[in-house]
Amino acid sequence: MSRIHTLTMPKWGLSMKEGKVNGWLRKLGEPVAVGDEIIEVESEKIAGGIESPVAGVLRRQLAKAEDVLPVGGLLGIVADAEVPDAEIDAAVEAFNASFVPLSEEGEEAGPGTQTVEVGGRRIRFLKRGSGGEPMVLIHGFGGDLNNWLFNHEALAAGRAVYALDLPGHGESVKEVGDGSLGTLADVVLGFMDSQGLQAAHLAGHSMGGAVSLAIAGKAPQRVHSLTLIGSAGLGEEINAGYIDGFVSAADRRTLKPLLTQLFADESLVTRQLVDDILKYKRLEGVDAALAAISAALFDEGRQKTVLAELPERLGKPVLAIWGAEDRIIPVKHAPRAAGEVRVEVLPGKGHMVQMEAANEVNRLIDHFLS
Amino acid sequence: MARKITYQQAINEALDQEMSRDPSVIVMGEDNAGGAGAPGEEDAWGGVLGVTKGLFHKHPGRVLDTPISESGFIGAAVGAACNGLRPVAELMFVDFMGVCLDQIFNQAAKFKYMFGGKAQTPVVIRTMYGAGFRAAAQHSQCLYNVFTHIPGLKVVVPSNPYDAKGLLIQAIRDNDPVIFMEHKVLYTMQGEVPEESYAIPFGEANVLREGDDVTIVAFGRMVNFASEAAAAAQKKGVHCEVIDPRTTSPLDEDTILESVEKTGRLVVVDESNPRCSMASDIAGLVAQKAFGALKAPIELVTAPHVPVPFSDALEDLYVPSVARIEAAIIKAKEYK
Repeated sequence: MSRIHTLTMPKWGLSMKEGKVNGWLRKLGEPVAVGDEIIEVESEKIAGGIESPVAGVLRRQLAKAEDVLPVGGLLGIVADAEVPDAEIDAAVEAFNASFVPLSEEGEEAGPGTQTVEVGGRRIRFLKRGSGGEPMVLIHGFGGDLNNWLFNHEALAAGRAVYALDLPGHGESVKEVGDGSLGTLADVVLGFMDSQGLQAAHLAGHSMGGAVSLAIAGKAPQRVHSLTLIGSAGLGEEINAGYIDGFVSAADRRTLKPLLTQLFADESLVTRQLVDDILKYKRLEGVDAALAAISAALFDEGRQKTVLAELPERLGKPVLAIWGAEDRIIPVKHAPRAAGEVRVEVLPGKGHMVQMEAANEVNRLIDHFLS
Repeated sequence: MARKITYQQAINEALDQEMSRDPSVIVMGEDNAGGAGAPGEEDAWGGVLGVTKGLFHKHPGRVLDTPISESGFIGAAVGAACNGLRPVAELMFVDFMGVCLDQIFNQAAKFKYMFGGKAQTPVVIRTMYGAGFRAAAQHSQCLYNVFTHIPGLKVVVPSNPYDAKGLLIQAIRDNDPVIFMEHKVLYTMQGEVPEESYAIPFGEANVLREGDDVTIVAFGRMVNFASEAAAAAQKKGVHCEVIDPRTTSPLDEDTILESVEKTGRLVVVDESNPRCSMASDIAGLVAQKAFGALKAPIELVTAPHVPVPFSDALEDLYVPSVARIEAAIIKAKEYK
């Protein structure tokens, strides 16, 4: 293995072609440990930190704040202190000489989302990785498979990982039937059938956590483990103002303050994020879908279905991850899952903890699965 | 990944989906099918540039070829709208508005007002505008400002395929007369457009880029030029906010004013001639309502006050360029 490690512009989600450097979090010449966040970069949609892949010293800061680099572009170099400067300069030169930014055509040819018919419903999904025990990622209310854009690739390092758009969401069909957890769970089970998955590790965020619990209730033999992130289905309380506001918001001005409640760091709610959600909400059928799901799941500001006892009966490994500052579903629900549940609460993070603390969440899940 | 189609296909798809959804929607105009009712090929043209092609056979009896008489068929469309249909009439070039203006500004635009709110006129007039097509002075003008002046009309100026589809669907569902301005150079522009139907409300600006230094307000094709210029300025350390109002009537004043309150500098990019234009209108708005925020004179980047030249070289000089916009950005930023 080379003694010189490159830090490059990541690709967060299918549409990311370039990213902007927000700033270095470590100084030039400073020692860094594996997993230390070294630099913060920003796509059109969101900002995030990049971790050091190795222990060493930050030897080069090749990009500076405000620079815009293509995906894969060289940000900096981490290497041991004893590696000579000349060797590092040579590595930088070699990288730049061979670096070709992803072309638009090249990206189209790469793996993208697919669609499949599940019980007459068109479902969009994205598959990453292969082999291992497969994993299925299930987003929350009003979300889509892009909610996992910081997690999908990382989790797929050791296994096939599928993220899907639930009915009424993303680019899947907008027809949701009665909108109940049972219906959504059946769709996910049907999706697993379509991909030949006998059983899978399920990771659900928010409403997706409740869907995961419902799947485990219906078909425990098809679940290897549950990862419940800021999950619904573990208690009655929920931020009803958020749910109702999200369903009725029709423009940027009303939507943006709602979306800021999803994050502890409100600056993460970018114009692009708001626009993308607004575009989704304006698609024909979305209003009706969200209203149907909301009516099926919530009643007078409470969650109708609490499945907190289920993990105990299930007898499968369960991991609950919560942002301590979750403003949608209270963090006190985390320990309510009965049985042998590992609970991880991340301080200073909000409801979208898998985005706000992506590296940490990926590590927790990876460790949990292995 | 979302599907990419052209501006022209987006308009066709909006018409197709609304015709499928609502049987009262009809399409009419010169050669909108092309050859209908005559011996030989039917749907030979689909409009002069093929925008409506394919609708004739999909929606039998609802795509009408009209005589070359704008005063006649625009009047017929307004009348049909008063009687329960939702006609989408195509005025081939906006430059021909002169011969049917009475039907638009003194009839369609006034009915609701004159009849105490009891009448509604849900007509859409789609029309092609803009220079860059080597089509000379009588087929190249940029006249959305004229319609914007008239209360009772809504005026839509889409700058990309996504907006074209969503705004046209909104236009068709709207109960007031709508002038829908299509820039002929944008017809081939590609962009991500959902297959599903969706409507974009009028009076909601799109903010394409956020920045703290200079606000750029641009219309139609100029939005894309403004984005390019903003990207170039960014490389020089000047951060622009690019605003596409999308509709000139109603106008999203708040988004423009809030942006100028933040940046203190304004560049307006408008392909129209400068006098009594959207450029002068936005400048007036900001001078009146955000004067205290301004740190530099407002820069206007417009066509000159001359007809659109037929000479290729002169036409290229006539249309505001990315370089001129970038120069205006830098001038505003560097003003002391």
